[in-house]
This record gives sequence, structure tokens and C-alpha cells, in this order.
Amino acid sequence: MYKIITKTRLAASINRLDVQAPEIAGRARPGQFVVLRVNDTGERIPLTVAGQDPAGGTISLIFQETGKTTRALAQLSAGDSIRDILGPLGTPTKIEHIGNVVVIGGGVGAAEVLPVAKAFKAAGNTVTGIVGARSRELIILENELKAACDKLYITTDDGSSGRKGFVSDVLKEIIAGNAAIGLVYAVGPVPMMRVVANITREAGIKTTVSLNPIMLDGTGMCGVCRVRVGDMVKFACVDGPEFDAHQVQWDELISRLAGFRQEEKISVEQHAPGCTCKKE
Amino acid sequence: MQKRIKINERPASERIKDFKSVVLGYNPEQARQEALRCLQCKNPTCVAGCPVEINIPGFIKALAEDDPAAAIAILKDKNNLPSVCGRVCPQEEQCELKCVLQKKGEPVAIGNLERYAADWEKNKSNPGINVATASNNGIKVAVVGSGPAGLTCAGDLAKKGFAVTVFESLHRAGGVLRYGIPEFRLPAAILDDELRYLESIGVRFVVNALIGRTKTVAELFNEGFRAVFIGTGAGLPAFPGVPGENLNHIYSANEFLVRVNLMRAFEFPRYDTPVYVGKKVAVIGGGNTAMDAARTARRMGAGNVTIIYRRSENEMPARREEIAHAREEGIEFLMLTNPVSFHGDDKGFVQQVECVKMELGAPDASGRRSPAAIAGSNFTLAIDTAIIAIGMSPNPLLISLTPGISTDNRGRLIVDDNLMTTMPGVFAGGDITGGETVIQAMGMGKKAARAIENFLR
Repeated sequence: MYKIITKTRLAASINRLDVQAPEIAGRARPGQFVVLRVNDTGERIPLTVAGQDPAGGTISLIFQETGKTTRALAQLSAGDSIRDILGPLGTPTKIEHIGNVVVIGGGVGAAEVLPVAKAFKAAGNTVTGIVGARSRELIILENELKAACDKLYITTDDGSSGRKGFVSDVLKEIIAGNAAIGLVYAVGPVPMMRVVANITREAGIKTTVSLNPIMLDGTGMCGVCRVRVGDMVKFACVDGPEFDAHQVQWDELISRLAGFRQEEKISVEQHAPGCTCKKE
Repeated sequence: MQKRIKINERPASERIKDFKSVVLGYNPEQARQEALRCLQCKNPTCVAGCPVEINIPGFIKALAEDDPAAAIAILKDKNNLPSVCGRVCPQEEQCELKCVLQKKGEPVAIGNLERYAADWEKNKSNPGINVATASNNGIKVAVVGSGPAGLTCAGDLAKKGFAVTVFESLHRAGGVLRYGIPEFRLPAAILDDELRYLESIGVRFVVNALIGRTKTVAELFNEGFRAVFIGTGAGLPAFPGVPGENLNHIYSANEFLVRVNLMRAFEFPRYDTPVYVGKKVAVIGGGNTAMDAARTARRMGAGNVTIIYRRSENEMPARREEIAHAREEGIEFLMLTNPVSFHGDDKGFVQQVECVKMELGAPDASGRRSPAAIAGSNFTLAIDTAIIAIGMSPNPLLISLTPGISTDNRGRLIVDDNLMTTMPGVFAGGDITGGETVIQAMGMGKKAARAIENFLR
């Protein structure tokens, strides 16, 4: 059992849980994730390690309520426990001195770029952050990202915070401004990562994306997370989750993410508000 | 000579409706009658066929004398998992193959008798067996992986007095016995009993620990473990490498079986993990895993399940018994057939498998006749689900994260005659070194336990 020490609401449907997991807290590196199971009947889902306190033995998990498990997680409070957490998993981000690095986070992806931004900054890079969300209420970790980046741009679809538009608009402007960008690192919804990849491919800028396909064991055993990268089939859980954005076969990734949509709907309906299982 | 007594099984029409045990076992009289068939050879050849060196005539004699308590004590002296072996070992290729009665066509049903004795002990109204264990010597040994190799090594070391900790990456222990072999062949409750027994003799289990990532082998030594046994299995699923294999509703057998066995998708939505099983399922492969996947799909409601195998039935690696069980349950077999591509709908869900007919040519390195495609023989089969069960390779993760440990060109850990890897104090056994079956893995776990004892003394 892994005890929740604090719970913080970051936005309407986005929470942060700081969870006691000393072994993971002591050795997780930027870009890595855990696979967790909320309770004895739960499924296994991957979540990025969004932060860690090695001395206190805790890791931060930041997630948006999208499905059955993230909703169940959001209902837990400080003092409750998560049944199982395995990690840290995946190949860590390769942190090196490059020069100018642009990190891009879409939606809850902002949480996932934070540790990566910090690490690139610590390695002597000039880090520019771009985070986007639908509206002002969904912008998370603004202060933390400001501290981690040399410059931070915020975009919202409706213009309620930062500038109106998409992260890709800002990226295009930065590229047009002739900045020598050594690396773009992007995490967010697949359509966003794909647009970013198309822009940087044209500009010839190396780009890394962190993918979040369906996972089960998270240790390379089942292959449900397989993604086509160039002409190779890779397992995101062990070969990734980070890949060269210009090589990812996006259509296949989008299709595979929808592989269990029917079943996910049934699962969510079972646990919808008003359903008997919640009254227990 | 009396005929070999057939074991009781549930009829196929009944058992395909649930995940309960297919085989029901012997009743006491059947067990006694079968045990009496054993000739009690002076030089028992059956024992030479047993990778874990069970005193086979000894335990059978006890059963013939109606003393199951003595029988289970003899079994547990050498075998830490008798109720598992009695269910999943291929006895027909091992002890029973070496039985002198085999020459007359009907060997003693050693596996069925082992199962009977083990199940007798599980019945709580019968007295438990005290297994002799040495007193705790305080020497710490780490076992990585809780499958058959790891459990056997852990059990033997615990009996010798070592302080054994087993690390498992999944949230439940048992390895392939948990995630791979279905309930109807090996009920989870039976496995749980065996794990409880190992705990009772001092084995400690730590789940959610992926050695290499959660902590490294070097860190295990720093924590005071004096030796490490690696039994991480053949966890990497092979895919055929054909167009369309990444379409939705095409699973590796590992994914399919993990969903159903470990995550209990057969109880979805009470359990959160879903599995989709359509009406027409193709299972690619001819091993025991393919049979397990096909029979599981049938129980999940698939009306039509077809096993597609590129050689003929003679070359099928699955146990004859499992092939027969699959046939009884209505599984169809398409032999000498190989998939060349999968076709899907515009949303990316599989709809067809395109196959080619095969013919057998000259024997290959494995001694089996190698299949070759017959040009122009392509045909398609309408399906809505496919399960790929064409084999597994050693799990590469721990190895890639452990400097100083070496593998051969097939990714198998290199070990010496004592099963020690190229890293001093680190031993290995089971599929990670090239074993193939549960019992081979157990044999290596046993041998490694002996080698670790010698290494530490």
C-alpha cells in the first residue's frame, strides 16, 4: 500500500497526489513513469512521475480525470492509500547540454514537462516553455514552470489567459525569430504533438515526444503499448516512452489509443455518479 | 496388467461456460488402483526423467498403501510445488516416458497421482505436513522473479535455512503460473496455497519491485544479499512482423492472458480491466500458450476459434492432452497455414487475416521439418480478434540494466555448469537461460539453490 500524504486540486479536473513511495522517490529520473493500481479490482495505468522528494520519500502524480481509474484516484484523500505502484519505469530523458531547448506541454502535459524543464535548465541550457490549455482554469503549475524556464509562454484556446491560440502558434513564431533551437520536447494530446512534429520537421529541429499509449504491465511483457517508430515496432513502456517525433506513426497511435473505447465507456458508466457502486 | 485409470474430467459442453477446473482428479479408490500398477522397479528409470528428482516409486508406494500423508511428505522433500506440477508438467515427455510400462503403451499416471496427493493435502480436514527445514542461518539471498524457477529456488534455499526474499514486478506473485496459465488448468487458489506454503517455511515476497529499475542487482548486494538468483522468464512476446499486426483487437498471447488471468477481465466490469473477444477468433501458433489462449477465448464467448499453425499437427509443440482438450471444446485447427497480413476497417480494427498455405521441406536446426510457403495459395479468413502466440524471448530489461552480465546471441543469460552467470554470485535459471517448460525451470531453480549453497559455504 502506498499512502497519500497530500492532495492538491490544481484545476477543475486535475489533481496532484503526493504519495509515499520511498524507493521510487529516491531513484526516479525525468521522463520516467509509474504503473499503478488503485485497488484490488483496479486496472493498471501509467502516470508520469511529475516530481519527487527523495528526503521525504514521496512522489507527485498529477492527472486529469478522464476515465474510470483517474476518477477513482481523484476520489481518494490524504491518508488514503493506493494499492500498488510500480516504478520508476521507462527510459529516462537524455539530459545534456544542448543550448536552447523548448519544452511544450499541452493540458496536463504541463505536469510532465516540469521535471524535464528543470533538468535541462540544471544542465546549463536556456529553456523556453510553452504551455497551453483550453482556458485559464485549466492552466496548471504556472509558477513552478516560470521558475524552471528562462521564459514561459502561455496559450489558451479562448484567450482567457496568455495569448489566444495554440502552443504551435508560439512555436512557429519562435522558429521564425531565427532562434537556434537545439531540441524541442513536447508532451500533450496526440494531435498537439503531431502538429509540433510537423512544424519542427520542416524547420529541421530535433524533437522528442513522450507518448502515453495503453499499457498493462509496463515492463515489456505484453506489447499493448507497441508504437511504430520509423519502420520499427517499439514498446513504449521499455523502449520509450520518449521517441523521435519525426519518426512516430501518428495515425496508428491514434487508432490504438481507441482500441478499448467501447469497454472504457462501459467501465465509466458503471461508476458514474448516482450509480449504486458509489453509494457503498 | 490393469489398464491405466483415466482421470475424471468435466464434459466439454459444461466447462466451456466457465473458468473452473477442467480436470477433476482421481477419487481415493482410483488413486489406490493406479498406484498399484507401479512395478516398484529396483532401478527406477522414471526418477531419471524427473528434473526435480522426486522419489517417484516412494510416493506411489505410499499411495498404494493408502497413506497420502506419507506420499505428500516424499513429494515435498524434492518438489516445492506438487499441485502445480501435477497439473501442468508434461509428464509424458519426462517421468512417464521413462516408466518401464511405457514400452507396453501405458505408463503409470505419475502426474495424476502427484496431483492427487497434493490435492489431498489442500483439503483442510487432512493434517498438514511438516517439511524438515534447517534453522535460519541469517544469510540473505535474493530471488528475482516469482515464476516456477524462482519459487523452486526460493523454497529449496529456505529449507536449507537461508533468508530468502523474492522480488516480483507484478502486483501478485507466481509469474507465468499467475499471468499465463489459465484458471481452468491451474486455479489461482491452488497457486495461492503453494505461495502460502513457501511463506510458512520462511520465504518473503516483495511485489511491485522491478529489479533493474526499482533497484539494481548491485544495490541488492549493497543491502546485504550475498547471492542473487535471476528467474525473470521469457517475457518478451514475438510478433510475426507482417503488415497490419498492430491493428486493434490483435493481442499478443501475453497481453490477452494477462488481461484475463492476472487482471480478471473475465469478471469485467466488476474488475476494471477489459478484454474484447469477438465472435471469430484466430490464434496464431501451436504451443501450449496457443491452446490456453484459444480455450480462454472460447470461454469468453467466442463462437468460432481457429488455431492457425504453420507446420502439421505432428510438429505442434503443445502437449497432446491440451490439443485434445482444445478439440473437445470445439477449437478448429488450420494446419500448414501461416498469416501473411491482417486487414482492418477504416477505424483500425482487424477484420481479416490473409494466410498462405505451407508445405514441409527438409528438417531444420530443431529437427522439425521446416515449412515453406506455397506460392499463390493465399486466402483470407474473416475474423474480429487475433491472438499471436508464436513464442517469447528472454525478457531483456534486467539484463540491459545490469552491467557485467552477459548473454548469448539469442538474449539468453550465459551460465556455467553451476548456473552462475558471468557476474560472481549471480545465478540464473528458467526461460531466461533457455529453459522451456515449467518443470525445466523448476529443475534449474533446484540446481541453482544447491549451487548457491555451495557458493556461500
